[in-house]
Amino acid sequence: MITEALVLSAVLFVVGTFGVLVRRNSIIMFLCIELQLNAVNLSLVAFSRMWGIDGQIFVFFVMTVAAAEAAVGLAIIISIFRHYETVNVDSFNLLKW
Amino acid sequence: MTASLTALVQGGGQAAAEAGHFEPFLPGLVVLLPLLGFVINGVLALQHARASADAVRGGSELALGDSASRPATHTLPTWVGPGVMLAAFLITLVNFTRMLGAHLEEPVVVHYWTWIATGTFTVDAAIQLDQLSMVMMMVVTGVGFLIHVFSVGYMKEDPGYPRYFAYLNLFVFFMLVLVMGSSYALMFVGWEGVGLCSYLLIGYWFSDREKADAGKKAFIVNRIGDAGFLIAMFLVFSNFGSLDYVPVFHDAEGLAYAGGLVTAITLFFFVGAIGKSAQIPLYVWLPDAMAGPTPVSALIHAATMVTAGVYLVARSSVLFALAPLSSAVVAGIGVFTALFAATIALKQNDIKKVLAYSTVSQLGYMFLGVGVGAYAAGIFHLMTHAFFKALLFMGSGAVIHSMHEAYHATHSHEDPQDMRNMGGLKDAMPITWATMWVATLAIAGIWPFAGFFSKDEIIWQTAAFGGAEGAAYSALYSLYWVIALAAAMLTAFYMTRMMVMTFHGTNRTGEEEKKHLHEAPAVMWVPLAVLAVLSVFGGWVNVPEALRSAWVGGMGILPMSEWLHHWLEPVTLAAHHVQEEHLGELAHSAPFGGGEVLWATISTAAAAVVVLVSLRVVAAQRVVPVAEDETELRGIAKVLYNKYYVDEFYDRVVVQPVVRFSRFCWKVIDAVVIDGVVNAVGWAAKAFGWGVSMFQTGTVNTYAFILTVGVLFILGATLL
Repeated sequence: MITEALVLSAVLFVVGTFGVLVRRNSIIMFLCIELQLNAVNLSLVAFSRMWGIDGQIFVFFVMTVAAAEAAVGLAIIISIFRHYETVNVDSFNLLKW
Repeated sequence: MTASLTALVQGGGQAAAEAGHFEPFLPGLVVLLPLLGFVINGVLALQHARASADAVRGGSELALGDSASRPATHTLPTWVGPGVMLAAFLITLVNFTRMLGAHLEEPVVVHYWTWIATGTFTVDAAIQLDQLSMVMMMVVTGVGFLIHVFSVGYMKEDPGYPRYFAYLNLFVFFMLVLVMGSSYALMFVGWEGVGLCSYLLIGYWFSDREKADAGKKAFIVNRIGDAGFLIAMFLVFSNFGSLDYVPVFHDAEGLAYAGGLVTAITLFFFVGAIGKSAQIPLYVWLPDAMAGPTPVSALIHAATMVTAGVYLVARSSVLFALAPLSSAVVAGIGVFTALFAATIALKQNDIKKVLAYSTVSQLGYMFLGVGVGAYAAGIFHLMTHAFFKALLFMGSGAVIHSMHEAYHATHSHEDPQDMRNMGGLKDAMPITWATMWVATLAIAGIWPFAGFFSKDEIIWQTAAFGGAEGAAYSALYSLYWVIALAAAMLTAFYMTRMMVMTFHGTNRTGEEEKKHLHEAPAVMWVPLAVLAVLSVFGGWVNVPEALRSAWVGGMGILPMSEWLHHWLEPVTLAAHHVQEEHLGELAHSAPFGGGEVLWATISTAAAAVVVLVSLRVVAAQRVVPVAEDETELRGIAKVLYNKYYVDEFYDRVVVQPVVRFSRFCWKVIDAVVIDGVVNAVGWAAKAFGWGVSMFQTGTVNTYAFILTVGVLFILGATLL
C-alpha cells in the first residue's frame, strides 16, 4: 500500500520538477511547483500511516505556506506582466551579469 | 674639608686611619639635576621654536635683539644649564670628601626601585658609589660644568641656544647614568643615551647636510659596537644570572683563567668599547663628529663620552685580568690606534681635525693602559686627558670664535677652522695662547705637566707587564712599548705644529680681518685658566714612589703622591690578585734595560727635544692661506692628508655594498616581488570573480536547473 503511494508521489514530483525546468510560462512553472509540494504532501500522509500523526500535521503547514506563496507569487507575476506584457521567464533577465 | 684635602695629598692610606662610615649624600640628585636642566631648557627650546615658527608664518624672522632685550628663552638657559651642573658638582664634591674620610672596601649601592623584573631577570634602578665611579663623577660634573660655562660665551649668538643647553644637560644626565649605574644594564642605558645626545649635538646645525650626515655616521658606527656590548651582556647574564656588578665580579673569580667564556665576554665588551671610544677600526666617526659646536667636541668627543669604553674595561677589570688574550687585544688595538691616529694628525690643516685625531690617539693610550692591567693608570690618563683635551678644544673654540667674527665682520667666506688661514694669533689672544701651550706641553708629555705622569705611567706599565715572569705574548708587549714611545714623539710634533700654525709666525687672516680678532670674553677664558691649572698639577696625584724619590718627583719635595693608585685599589684589587697569581712579579726594567726613572727622563727629554725642534722646523715652513695654497701633496704626505683613505675604503667595501643591497631590496624585492605578489592576489580575485559571474545568467530556469542538479548530486553522494 505505502509503496504505491510513494511511487505516485515520486512520479508527481518528477513531473513537477520537469515542468519547472522546461516550461517558460511562469504561471505553468508556478503550477508545477504546487505539484511538487503536493507530491511531498502525499508522501507525508503516506508515511503518517506508519509513524503516527506528525506527517499529517506537516501537511497542514505545507498547505498553509503554499497558499501564502500562491498569493505572493501570483501578485508578483501580475506585477511583472503589467510591466513586460508577457509571463515568459526568458524575457526576465535584468539580473544577468 | 680641609682635613680631607690633606688626606687627598697625603694618600688614601692616611685616610684609612681616621676611618669612618661612608654616608652617601643625595647621590640621586647628582643624576636628576642635569635631567631637570634638560626639562627646563627643553621647554624653553620648544617655546622658542613655536615663537620662531609663528614669526616665519607671519612673514618675518624672529630677531633675538642685543643682549639687553633677549627673550627669556635665551636668558634663562644661561643660568639653568651651568647652574644644575654646578649643583651636581658640589653634591659630588660632598660625596667625594665623605668617601675620602671613609675607608671603603666594598662599593656602596644605593637602591631606588626595581626597574625590570621578569622571571629571574631583574634590573634595579640603583646607584653604585665606589672609588671608580667617584672619579668619573668628578670628571663628568667638574669638567662638564666648565664646558657649560664656556658654552655660554661660545653659543651666545646661536638662535638654538636653549635647545643646545637642553641637549648638553641631557648628555650629562646619561653620562652620569653610565658611570653611576650599578649594573651593565644601566650602563647600557647611559651608553645608548650618550650616543643619542652625541648624534643630536653633532647634527646640531642640522640644516647643513654635511653636519647632519656626520651625526648619522656617528650613530650608525656606534651601533656596530653596541651589538658587541649587547652580546657580552647576554653572555654575562646567561652565565652569572645577573647583570649587577657586585654579584658578577664576585662570581667571576671562580671562572677559569684564560677560559673561552671569559675571553668571549671581554672581547665582545671590547667591541662595544671600540665603537664608543673610537678605536681602530671604528674610529672614523670621531673626526667627522667635529661638525658639532666646539664645546660639544670638548665635552663629548674628548673629555667624557669617548672615555666610556675605558671606563667599561676598568669597571670589568676582573674579567679582563682573567682573559690575557683579550687584554693583549685591548692593548694592541689601543697602541696601534695611538700610532695610526697620531700619524694622520701630522698632516691635517683643520684645527679641530688635529685635535680629533689626537683624541683618538690618546684614547689608544688609555686602552693600552687598561690592556696591560694598569687600570689605575688608564683611568689616570682618562682624567688628565679630560683636563688638557677639554682645554685644547675650548681653546680652539675660542680661536674659531674669534676667526669667525673676524671673517663675519668683513663678509669673507674663508674657513675659520683652517690653520692655514691663522698664524700670529698670539698677539690678539694671549690668554688662549698661554693656556693652550700649557695643554700642549701636558699632552706632549713634558715634565712636570699632567700628561707626562699619566702617559709615562702607561708606557712604563707596558714594559713592566710584558716583562712579568708569567706574561703571555711577552715579545708583543715589547713591540707595544716601542710603538707607544714612538707615538708619544709624534704627539709632541703634531701638537707643536698646531700651536705654531695657529698662534705663531705672521698673520694670514688678512689686514682688515686682523683688526677684528679679539681675545675671548671672561666667560670663555676663565674655564680655560681653571683647566690650565689642572693640566699642570692634575698629574701630581699619581706619581709612583720610584719617580717621587728621583728628580722627576722633585726629590720628594713637591707635593706629589701615589694617591689615585691607592684610591682605586679596592676596585682593582680583585684584578691585581688574578694578575699576581698567574703572572707573578712585574718586571723592574724595560725591554732594553733601564728603570722607570731612566725611561721617564728619556721620554720627557725626547719630547722636549721634539717640541723645540718642531718649533723651528714648522716656523721655517712657508704656510700660505687656503685661498693661495696650491701645493700638490705627494707620497706619504698625501696619504696622511687623506687619512690613509680609510673613509674611501669603508665607503667602497661597506657603505656602497649596503647601499647597493638596499637598492636591490627596494627595486627588486619590494617593487617587483612583494608588490607583484600583492597585485597578483588582487588580480586573481578579480579574475575569479569575473569567471564565477558567468553563472549569473539572470534566467530563472538556469538557476532551477543548477539547483536540481545540485540536489541530485548531493542525494547521489549520500546514497552511495
